Amino acid sequence: MLRLQGIEKRLGGQAVLRGVNLQVGQGERVVVIGRSGCGKSVMLRIIMGLLPPDAGEVIFEGTKLTGLSEEDWNPYRRKIGMLFQGAALFDSLSVFENLAFPLREAGEKNEKVLGEKVAEALKIVSLSGTEQKMPAELSGGMKKRAALARAIIRKPELMLYDEPTTGLDPIVADSINRLILHLGEMLGMASIVVTHDMVSARMVGDRIAYLHEGKIYFEGTPEQVDRCEDRLVRDFVRGHAEGTGVTG
Amino acid sequence: MGKAEYLTGKLGGMVMGSCQTAGGVFLLLGDTIRSMFRYKIRWDQLMEQMYFIGIRSQVVVLTTGAFTGAVFAAQVWFQFKRFGMESAIGPTVSIAMCRELGPVLCCLLLAGRVGAAMAAELSSMKITEQVDALRALGVYPVEYLIVPRFLALVLSAPILTAMALVTGIGCGYFVAVKIFGVDGAYYWDNTVKFTDRKDVLIALIKALIFGVIIATIACHKGMNCPPGTAGVGKTTTEAVVNASITLLVVNFFLTVLLNALLYSN
Repeated sequence: MLRLQGIEKRLGGQAVLRGVNLQVGQGERVVVIGRSGCGKSVMLRIIMGLLPPDAGEVIFEGTKLTGLSEEDWNPYRRKIGMLFQGAALFDSLSVFENLAFPLREAGEKNEKVLGEKVAEALKIVSLSGTEQKMPAELSGGMKKRAALARAIIRKPELMLYDEPTTGLDPIVADSINRLILHLGEMLGMASIVVTHDMVSARMVGDRIAYLHEGKIYFEGTPEQVDRCEDRLVRDFVRGHAEGTGVTG
Repeated sequence: MGKAEYLTGKLGGMVMGSCQTAGGVFLLLGDTIRSMFRYKIRWDQLMEQMYFIGIRSQVVVLTTGAFTGAVFAAQVWFQFKRFGMESAIGPTVSIAMCRELGPVLCCLLLAGRVGAAMAAELSSMKITEQVDALRALGVYPVEYLIVPRFLALVLSAPILTAMALVTGIGCGYFVAVKIFGVDGAYYWDNTVKFTDRKDVLIALIKALIFGVIIATIACHKGMNCPPGTAGVGKTTTEAVVNASITLLVVNFFLTVLLNALLYSN
């Protein structure tokens, strides 16, 4: 469904991605882990066409997306949903208007249909009854769930999650993880989840890829990652600072 | 490195930076005009912006226009009285208001009020990933965010300027006639006699071009905001300063150009 081939990206003179190769199959959930600042979010932005890669290709459903103009990207973006780290709800619009936005853009004008679809999406993320609230009135977890509802309302084929559980308490984080699993199963969508939360990675990933120094350093099932004897992977998975150059 | 080399390097960097910014502003202007024809106009957004820019700016613009006209009439009366030229106060106030004071002061206020708001709003959207979210939902940000703001300001600026002219000239009349006792019939007759419709046209053309300048610079600044909340403050300040300075510089060239075009015969 999605293939990244030799993706390279420099930001501010520093090489962030140095040849990332990754493949995601139909309905597959791939978790990309890695230390803060290793380029996980940059990779997602490149997949979404929000950043152009310096080299390499993004191939989605057999179509090469790299090199397309901003406007030519848009039809593909409508097939890919993205949950941003900070939720990125439009703060001047109510929850209802936020969720109805992608539908209106797709040409839906019938208010009754819009109301039904918004209510359905909010029910999936357990936020029924919040239609008239403004984003500023929601908690962090509620914002993420509302943003998730907005991202899935057009039933994308691929969902990108940028740090979906960061900054949330363990209970809310667990609810988001369950939601990611539930959405994948219910809508059959493939997902790429970027995180450094190993609980989340083990829970939602069919496959885990460890991004290190701009490349996929290790790739395997959650069990393979847990059994991996490589020091870098082991230290990251177990949360050890020794040997990583980070000391107290 | 010698001091001269250091200064040359700094200066070169500043020139390069300015050229890059100017290039970015022109590209955005081109993209905005192209998007106006390529996409459907979002009337709801345009009306919302027209309300914010056009209606909500009226008090500040009318007050400025009124007091500028009043103060200018008073100053002119103090000087002209010495030569017995009170009857020339009307056309002097009227022509100055139309050609320079009206459009320049009105648009400087718009740069401060509307330009700052545009830059702050867009840069806040940028740093909170709302612009990226828009792109991720398949919406072109120039079409959705910039075209309505641009159109609203370009349409509102001449209308507000015209209102500032009316209040300015009206208040000038009030000060000269009712306070300083200049003959009202002479004042008004000379005002109408010496104020050409070309003077009003100059005011409206200038306001339209200033609207383009303010909207483009403010939107460009907002869409290129550096990360962080400090970036929003810096962007907002730069938007107002850059728009105001550009407006004043362009005003000089416009004055020369419009006079050459409209008064060549």
